[in-house]
Amino acid sequence: MIPSKFDYVKPASVADAVAALEQGGEDAKILAGGHSLIPVLRLRLAAPTLLVDLGGIAELRGIREDGDRVTIGAMTTYYDVLRDDLVKEHVTLLAQATETVADGQVRHRGTLGGSLAHADPAGDLGAVALALDAELTIAGPGGTRTVPASEFFEGLFTTVIGETEILTQISFPRYTGWGSHYEKFNRTAQAWSMCAVAAAIRVDGGTIAEARVGLTNMGATPIRARGVEQALVGQPATADAVRAAAEHATEGTAAPSDADAASDYREHLAKVLTGRAVMAAAG
Amino acid sequence: MTATAEPTTNEIGKARTRKEDARLITGRSRYTDAITPQGTLHIFVVRSPLAHAKITGIDKSAAESAPGVIGVYTAADLGVEAVGLPNAWPITPDQKSPQRPVLASSTVHFAGEGVAVVVARSAAHARDAADLVEVDYNPLEPVLDMEAAAADGATLVHPDLGTNQSATWVFDSAGAGTGGSVDDAISAAESDADSIVVRRRFRQQRLIPAFMEPRACVVDPTGEQMTIYSATQIPHILRTMTTVVLGVPESKLRVVAPDVGGGFGGKVGVLPEEMLCVVLAQKLRRPVKWTETRSESLLAAHHGRDQIQDITITAKKDGTVTGLDVKLLADMGAYLGLVGPGVPILGAFMFNAIYKIPAYKFTCTNVFTTKTLTDAYRGAGRPEATFAIERIMDELAVELGRDPMELREQNWIKHEEFPFTTVCGLTYDTGNYEQATQQAMELFDYAGLRREQEQRRASGDPVQLGIGISTFTEMCGLAPSRVLGSLSYGAGGWEAAGIRMLATGKVEVITGTSPHGQGLETAFSQIVADQLGVPFEDVEILHGDTQVAPKGLDTYGSRSLAVGGIALVKAAEKVVAKAKKIAAHLLEASEDDIEFSNGTFSVRGTDKGKAIQEIAFAAFMAHDYPEGMEPSLDSDAVYDPENFSFPHGTHLAAVEIDTETGRVELRKYVCVDDIGTVINPLIVEGQVHGGLAQGIAQALFEEANYDDQGTLVNGTFVDYTLPSAADLPSFDTRAVSTPSTSNPLGVKGVGEAGTIASTPAIVNGVIDALRHLGVAEVEMPCTSQRVWRAIQDAKGRSTQETPIDTHSPGAGLGSIDPNNPQGEVQ
Repeated sequence: MIPSKFDYVKPASVADAVAALEQGGEDAKILAGGHSLIPVLRLRLAAPTLLVDLGGIAELRGIREDGDRVTIGAMTTYYDVLRDDLVKEHVTLLAQATETVADGQVRHRGTLGGSLAHADPAGDLGAVALALDAELTIAGPGGTRTVPASEFFEGLFTTVIGETEILTQISFPRYTGWGSHYEKFNRTAQAWSMCAVAAAIRVDGGTIAEARVGLTNMGATPIRARGVEQALVGQPATADAVRAAAEHATEGTAAPSDADAASDYREHLAKVLTGRAVMAAAG
Repeated sequence: MTATAEPTTNEIGKARTRKEDARLITGRSRYTDAITPQGTLHIFVVRSPLAHAKITGIDKSAAESAPGVIGVYTAADLGVEAVGLPNAWPITPDQKSPQRPVLASSTVHFAGEGVAVVVARSAAHARDAADLVEVDYNPLEPVLDMEAAAADGATLVHPDLGTNQSATWVFDSAGAGTGGSVDDAISAAESDADSIVVRRRFRQQRLIPAFMEPRACVVDPTGEQMTIYSATQIPHILRTMTTVVLGVPESKLRVVAPDVGGGFGGKVGVLPEEMLCVVLAQKLRRPVKWTETRSESLLAAHHGRDQIQDITITAKKDGTVTGLDVKLLADMGAYLGLVGPGVPILGAFMFNAIYKIPAYKFTCTNVFTTKTLTDAYRGAGRPEATFAIERIMDELAVELGRDPMELREQNWIKHEEFPFTTVCGLTYDTGNYEQATQQAMELFDYAGLRREQEQRRASGDPVQLGIGISTFTEMCGLAPSRVLGSLSYGAGGWEAAGIRMLATGKVEVITGTSPHGQGLETAFSQIVADQLGVPFEDVEILHGDTQVAPKGLDTYGSRSLAVGGIALVKAAEKVVAKAKKIAAHLLEASEDDIEFSNGTFSVRGTDKGKAIQEIAFAAFMAHDYPEGMEPSLDSDAVYDPENFSFPHGTHLAAVEIDTETGRVELRKYVCVDDIGTVINPLIVEGQVHGGLAQGIAQALFEEANYDDQGTLVNGTFVDYTLPSAADLPSFDTRAVSTPSTSNPLGVKGVGEAGTIASTPAIVNGVIDALRHLGVAEVEMPCTSQRVWRAIQDAKGRSTQETPIDTHSPGAGLGSIDPNNPQGEVQ
C-alpha cells in the first residue's frame, strides 16, 4: 500500500497554508486527520503532488463560545468534539453523532472539518451540520467567507470550497434544552452509515414546537428532511404522529444502491430510522 | 548439576497465558516483511484487471526505464511458461487439472492473476513502475456462475480441457458396504405414507480467509542453501514442492516460516509469487522480496467455501432418519489449488455428522470459473457439511412438527454406543452428545427462551426471537496416512518431533508443525514439561525452519496437537527410556527397580534418586554411562495417527430480529464443546472464541462478491465486512471431556470447532425467528437487507431490488468504487 510520490508541507498559519495551495495548483490536497485521504492515496485513487498538512496550525483547533453560537475549529478531532462540555450541552446532536463515527482510533485523529470538507455522503456529520443550520467559514487568498450548511454541499465529494481555500471553522446555533438523537444503521459496528438520521426536537407541553432532521447517505449530499420537519411541528410527540411524519423522509432523496442496500431498502430504512430518531429525540 | 527450579507437575490443564504473546504483542515479533537481507530487491506483480482475456501485448519499456527498476519480466522472459504450480490432491484418476502458471502467458483466467513482474531497488520503485507496464487485453466472456459453468455449452475457462467440470467424486454407502442404498431409501419413503422426504438447496457463499498478516516472501540465494522466508503455514511442504515445481534440489533449499500472523488455511499454498521470488533470486543472484498489499491479498490469495448443496433427507414420520443424499457443486475458481479439489471431499465424511443414518450418498462435482481459486479455509469441507446437515435437521423437524433438539436426540449416537462405525466407515472413538447438550440447554435456558419466543410471536413484537441449534462433530487430527493414501492425497498425515536434552538440563523441543498464532509454543511446552518433569520455563519450542525442524507436515486441519502433540509424547517417552538406563547405571540399581515421577528417577523402596537434569548432564559428560548405549538422551519420533479424532459439541444461539429493518442481533451464544483432554483451557477458550467469530461471520457478515464482469467488489476491508468484538456478544463457552481413546493424551483438536459449529446455529436461529412469518430460507450472509426482503416476500409484498449503482457498501471508503472512481476525491 504505497502511495504515489508527493511533496509535503506543514504550514503554521492559515495564510501560509493558502499560499501553499496557491503554489501547488490543482494537484495540491489538504491533509486534515487523514482518515479518508490516506487510504485513498494508498489505494492510488488519487495522486496529488503536494500535501498541505493543516496539523501544525494551532488556530484551527478548539471549541469556543461565540456569542449565542458554539464555534469549532475545523481541525478539532472527533474525540475533542464529543467530550466537550459546550458541545454536549448546546449542540448535543453533534456530540451524539460524532460518537458513532468509526472507532476510537479514528476519532482521535479524524477531524470535524476534514469530514465536512471531504463530503462523503456516508459521513455522519454533514447531516448534523445541515439539520442544525451550521455556518462554515472558509479562508482563501481573498480573505474569509461564511456559508450556511444548506449551501455548502454541492455533490458527491464536492463542496463550495475552492482549490485554494481552506475550511477554518464551523459554527452552530445553540440548541440548549432540545432533545436530540442520531440513529445510525450500518453493516458492522465500525462501518460507514448505510443510512442514518439526525434529529433535534424541541417539545413544548407535549407538542413538537420545532424540529430539525437531516439524512445521511440518502443522496449525493446530506439531505435536510424538511417534509418531516413540517409534518412534525404542532403534532403531539406520540408514536403514531411521529410515524406519520416519518413517511415524508424520502422526499427529495436520491438514495444510492449498493451491495448492502438497494435504494428501495434505503428508502424504507430512512422512514423507520426517522421515526426512531425523532421518538428518541423527543425523549 | 541440578535443576534450577522446582520440577512442575500437572502442567496439562493449567490456564497459562501464552508465552509467545510477550513477543507477538509488543512488536518484537519477526514477520517475513521485517526480514530484508543486504542488497534485497523488491518485486511488484502486475495483475490483470479482467477476469478472462487474451493478452495481446505487453509494453514494458516505460516501466523498464523508470527510476530504480532492475527489470520487468513476463513468463517468457523468465523461461517459466511451462511451469505449473502443484495440486497435491487429484481426487479422481481422470481429474481435469489445468496448468496453473507462475505468470499468465497468453490468457488470464481471473481478475488478479499476475501477467508480469517488476523488480526494483525498493518496494516503492517497483510499485510506481508497475503502473507504467501497459498490457493489452482482448476480453473474453467471464464464467461466473458455477451451475451455468457446469452445464453443456458453457463458455470454457480452459478450452483445452473440453469442459468446466474438473472431477466428480462419489461416495455411496451401498457401494462401500458401510450402509444401504439412498436411492432405495428415497423411493421407499416416497411410496410410504408413514415416511417423508425433505429436499433443500443451500448455498455456501464465497469467503476470504482474511488473515491479518498479508502474505510475504523473501528468497536469499547467497548461501549454500537458498533460503526461502515465507509467511506460510507449510514450510516443509513448500520446500518439497519448490523442488517439484522448479527442480531446485531439496537439499539446496532451506525454508523458514518466521512469526506468521494467522492463516486459517489461507496460507496453505504454494504461491506463484513464492516461485517468482525463487526464479528471480536465482537469475539476479540477489535476495528478492515480495509483500502483498491488503487489496492484493483479498483479490489473489485463495478464497474459501463457495458450494451449492442439494440435500435430500428421508425419515419415518416418527422421526427416524432413513437416508441422506448430498449433491454438491464446488467452485474451484480458475485453477486447482494445492488441496482445493479435496476440500469438499473432507466434508464428505461429515454430512452424516452425529446421527445414525443407514443410507448415505455423496456426489460432488468440482467446477472451474473465472474467479480466484478456492482452497482450504478454516474447517475446509466440514463447515459446509455441518451447515447442511444441521440446517436440514431443522427443516425435517419443522416438516414433522417436532422440537428440533428432540429430533436430533432421537437420531444421534448414544454415549453407550461408542465406539461407533458410521455410514461413511469412520469409527468415532468417544463422545457424549447427551452430556454436552444437557449442559448447553441448562446454561442457555432453552425452555425459558422458547417461552419468550412464544410470547413475542403472540404479541406481534416487532423484535422476534429465534433459537438456533447446532449439534456438531468434526474429524480432526489429519490424518492417518493410509486413509489419505486411499483418498489419493499427495502426502502422508504423520508428524515429527524431536527433543534435545541440553547439558544444563534445559530442553529444546523440535516440532514439524508450524504454529502461526495458535499458542502452540505454550501448549507444547506444557506437554513436554509434564512428560519430562521439568519446569515449564525450561522448555523451548523450535519450529518453522527446515534447518531446525527438518521433518514435518505443518499446521492445518486441527492437527497440530492431535498429531504433532502426540509425536512429542512419543519422543519424550524415548528420552525417559534412555535416561532410565543411565539412572539405573548411576544409581547401581536394576532398570526394573527405577521409577520415574515428577522429573526424578528413583530406586523403588529407597530414597535414592537422580533428577532428569542430572542424568542429562551425566549423558553430556559421558564419563560414566552404560555399555552398549550412546551418551545422549536426545530422541526423535514420527507419529502416524491410527484414527481421526472427533470433537463434538452443542451450540445454541438466541438471535433477535428487528422485523422493521431486518437487522439480526445475536443476543446470546452458548456452546459446550467436547474436545477431549484440555491442555490449556485459556488457549482453548481463545480458539473457540475466534472460531465462533469466524463462523458467525459467515452466517451474518462476510461474502466475496463478483460483479457481472468478474471483478471482485470486496477489494478492501471496508467492503469485506469482518465483524469485530463490537458486533458480537460475550460468548458463554464450556468444555466437557470424553477423552479420545485413539491417542495417549486423549486430545481431539479445537482449532476449527467454533467455525464449524456456529454458522448453522446462527442461520437456524434466523429462520426460527421468522418461520411463523412464512420465511423458509435466507441466504448467507443473512444481512439486514436480505432478511427484510425475505419478510416482505413472505408477506406477499414482493420487493424489486434496484440495480447496484455503486460498489461500496454504505458508501464505503468514501463511496468510491476502487475500480471506477467517480467524483472528486478531496
